[in-house]
Amino acid sequence: MLAVANLTKSYRTPQGELPVLRGVDLTVAAGESVALTGESGSGKSTLLHLVAGLDDADAGDILIGADNMARLADAARAGVRRQRIGLVFQQFNLIPSLTVADNLAFQARIAGRTDAAWLDELANRLGLAEMLSRYPEQLSGGQQQRVAIGRALAVRPALVLADEPTGNLDEATADEVVALARDLIRTTGCAFLMVTHSERLATRFDRRVHLSAGRIA
Amino acid sequence: MRRLGWTLATLLSHWRRHPTQFATLMIGLIAATALWSGVQAINAQARQSYDRAAAAFGGGRLAMLVPARDETLPQALFAKLRRAGWPVSPVLEGRIATSGVSLRLIGVEPLTLPRAAGPAPALELGIGAADLAAFLLPPGRTLVAPATLRELAAREGDTPALGDGMRLPPLAVQADLVPGTALVDIGVAQRLLDRPGQISRLLVGADDDGPRAPLAEVAGDTLRLIPPGSESDLERLTDSFHVNLTAFGLLSFVVGLFIVYSAIGLAFEQRLPTMRAMRACGVSARGLTAALLVELVGAALAAGVVGCIAGYLIAALLLPDVALSLRGLYGAEVPGELALRPAWWFAGIGMSVAGALAAAAHSLIKAQNLPLIATAHPYAWRTAQQRWLIWQGAAALALAGAALGILAVGDGLVAGFALLAAIMLAAALALPLLLALALHLGARGANTMLTRWAFADSRQQLSGLSLALMALLLALAVNIGVGTMVKSFETSFAGWLDQRLASEIYIRAADDAQARAITAFVATRPEVTAVLPTPRAETRIKGGPVEVLGFADHPTYRDHWPLITATPTLWDDLRDGRALLMSEQLARRLGLAAGDSLRLVTPAGALMLQVGGIYPDYGNPKGQIGLSNDVLFAHWRDAPDTRFSLRLAPDAVPALVAALRRRFALDPAHLIDQAALKRDSMTIFNRTFAVTASLNAFTLGVAAVALLTSLLTLGASRLPQLAPLWAMGVTRRRLAALDLAKTMALALATALAAIPLGLLVAWCLLAVVNVKAFGWRLPFHVFPGQLVQLIAVALAAALLAAALPTLRLSRMKPADLIRVFANER
Repeated sequence: MLAVANLTKSYRTPQGELPVLRGVDLTVAAGESVALTGESGSGKSTLLHLVAGLDDADAGDILIGADNMARLADAARAGVRRQRIGLVFQQFNLIPSLTVADNLAFQARIAGRTDAAWLDELANRLGLAEMLSRYPEQLSGGQQQRVAIGRALAVRPALVLADEPTGNLDEATADEVVALARDLIRTTGCAFLMVTHSERLATRFDRRVHLSAGRIA
Repeated sequence: MRRLGWTLATLLSHWRRHPTQFATLMIGLIAATALWSGVQAINAQARQSYDRAAAAFGGGRLAMLVPARDETLPQALFAKLRRAGWPVSPVLEGRIATSGVSLRLIGVEPLTLPRAAGPAPALELGIGAADLAAFLLPPGRTLVAPATLRELAAREGDTPALGDGMRLPPLAVQADLVPGTALVDIGVAQRLLDRPGQISRLLVGADDDGPRAPLAEVAGDTLRLIPPGSESDLERLTDSFHVNLTAFGLLSFVVGLFIVYSAIGLAFEQRLPTMRAMRACGVSARGLTAALLVELVGAALAAGVVGCIAGYLIAALLLPDVALSLRGLYGAEVPGELALRPAWWFAGIGMSVAGALAAAAHSLIKAQNLPLIATAHPYAWRTAQQRWLIWQGAAALALAGAALGILAVGDGLVAGFALLAAIMLAAALALPLLLALALHLGARGANTMLTRWAFADSRQQLSGLSLALMALLLALAVNIGVGTMVKSFETSFAGWLDQRLASEIYIRAADDAQARAITAFVATRPEVTAVLPTPRAETRIKGGPVEVLGFADHPTYRDHWPLITATPTLWDDLRDGRALLMSEQLARRLGLAAGDSLRLVTPAGALMLQVGGIYPDYGNPKGQIGLSNDVLFAHWRDAPDTRFSLRLAPDAVPALVAALRRRFALDPAHLIDQAALKRDSMTIFNRTFAVTASLNAFTLGVAAVALLTSLLTLGASRLPQLAPLWAMGVTRRRLAALDLAKTMALALATALAAIPLGLLVAWCLLAVVNVKAFGWRLPFHVFPGQLVQLIAVALAAALLAAALPTLRLSRMKPADLIRVFANER
């Protein structure tokens, strides 16, 4: 489902070029869950952002199905993101002015793929059915992250990318959230790539990839 | 399309959750559109009236044949010209008084009126075949504007009596007619004006109406052909008045846009997480910008409609004062009621949309280039603010340089306003820098920790409040500037009236016979010490209309007439026909000074005269020259000798006025005592500036709203700054008091900065804009009482604006403050 080849990325700093990714190769198959680990500054989040098309790579290829995200313009990348990718962030990134129900349905709606039954199932399985009319600010961190996972899955994506989704949660809540996510992802059969600092959580994934100094170790 | 709809709905959901911000945006747009549209409505109404007035007697858009020497033409010439192929139509014009109202009576001949005259009401008349017969056949019709009918307190079909026992034909309303005008058949006009067989001018049809014989062959040198002009005299004369109004409208518009810019900028910052989330979910940059554009244009359209309605109300409120000013200053008749035109609506809504787009351009560009990943801020707020302040300071310096450049090389009214705009914008941009400096110094001098925090917090708040403070600075500076100008004008004007109106009574007889009778009568009155003929004529110098005043050789003038500069022998030279007097505005226009010479073309040939003196002539849009009575009558032989003034003891004035009125049935317009004239002049003066005062108040109100909305929108985002202090034991009430004190201090500092700026604006208005607009320069006075009053008003406005946010803060629930520390945020 995902094939990353020879991906490089550097940032310009006052001190000069700072290479973050130095030729990364990575594949994630459909239905497979991969934990991406590494120390701070190793390039985990950068890799995830490039895969999601949120940032431009310097070189290399990112194939999601037949689409090479590294070669697409903004509008096309947005299209791939909309239709085939679900994104979950550490800061939840919910839309504060929309209710839980609207947040859940948001991506599916703009992708033109709203499935009411699937949205109901997601709300029930994520334990959100009783709080659909609430606003994000009225939810706890764990609840907000569940909404974010639901929003990412509502479109039945081919690939779910999660950037330290449990970073703001306590251990028990983190376990619960990851278990829910993996369970739902299994249901949809999509590929799942999650950045995490937690060795404990990483062991629960099908495969673990370690990134060190911009390279897959 | 559906994607755009969902994106738009998501963006709009922000406003639902933050109605105050939405109200701010709408208030800004509505205020900007309302004030701009209001002023434009007044200008459009006035200009349309001038156009109609000009068209009513052919002045604007038709060529005319006018008498070369005499006041009127024989009607026989009309028939002769028609036979020679000239498509002419006769017009007779004069003034009549009925029901105490002075009207311009225009007599036309509807069957020959040229078609090329376009929509002139005199030509289209709204007369159908049946009405045409009624207009032409006895008793005829008198067509008047609805406003004139009301002024006459008459109804359609009434036949108002004239002073000499005659009556106007039955009145009929013609909506398009200019107020103050009565239109009748030329035969009726000749009878009512007692000018049988005479016409004032001949309107000339289009060139392609057929061959015509050379004019000189038909009429010799008795006629002068005046080509059609694109601009009427009234339009030219009143231009500066309207430019002033437009400048005010534009200023209010800009102040309104400050609010819009502030609201959109804040909404953009607050919606950044939403926009990032939307982009992450697959909304493209183009899609997001398109949705923002649709949202903005929708808001601007709605605000534009409301703004136009508010603008209409403002214009309707101000128009009666403007109409009186225009009538008093320029003799221009503008109806006191507003007509709505589709073009005005479209222009108002267009301005709203254009203004919103201009104010949002920065945010829209940022949205288009929005980075999808929220990187850590590369700079602390202090570094970012310093950078921003330096940029603003540099822009302020550049604008100050531009102002100096305009002052050095600029010419004309537009350059005057450009100078004002550059000065005000430079000061506005420099304001945050000056305030930041003052706060920095204040923080260093503060002796308690809480005071030091207050100064530091004010500095941090400055970027959010600076736009509102800039708007307040501009509004205050304009108020001080215009207020100082008006007060200076009032002081000079009152003194000038005392000098100029030295005679006790001013009389204008209906004709020579009545003038002789009045002169004979006053000669028998022992209280009258002098009768001073004050004849008048009209001429043109370098294309502009110029009044010619006659001066008797009398101490009244030598002792009282106000002068700016004069040659030592002015009055002797004037008496002997060697010199003339010239008004300040004409002298400026012609670039002449006392001692220079002027070649004056008169109906009796050219004259070479020295400019003996230059005098102020406030309020007169026309140029004016003064000649001795002998010279005037010798060169304008047809000038009526019907005007004169009387010198007598002031306490004898009422009895003599009453006696003259009884004996000669003079209406108030033709028999004026000095006190009444001064009173009327001051009324016109005050009415003129009543409009300015209203616009001043509106502008200040808009600035107060800008401050209120900025404080309200900043309120929520300031919780992270305030909550830690609350947690450390500072009560909410104390925090609220501190916040109020900070706002008041910033407002006071802004008001103090507005004083020098306002005085500079006043100087520009008096020494640059006024000279360019009206042709006279006024002495500059400072009125400290007025300044203190305005600072008090500014502080009151700031207090009102800060009251609600302060109250909110003092009553804030602890839960709201605690949320700042919750990690779920």
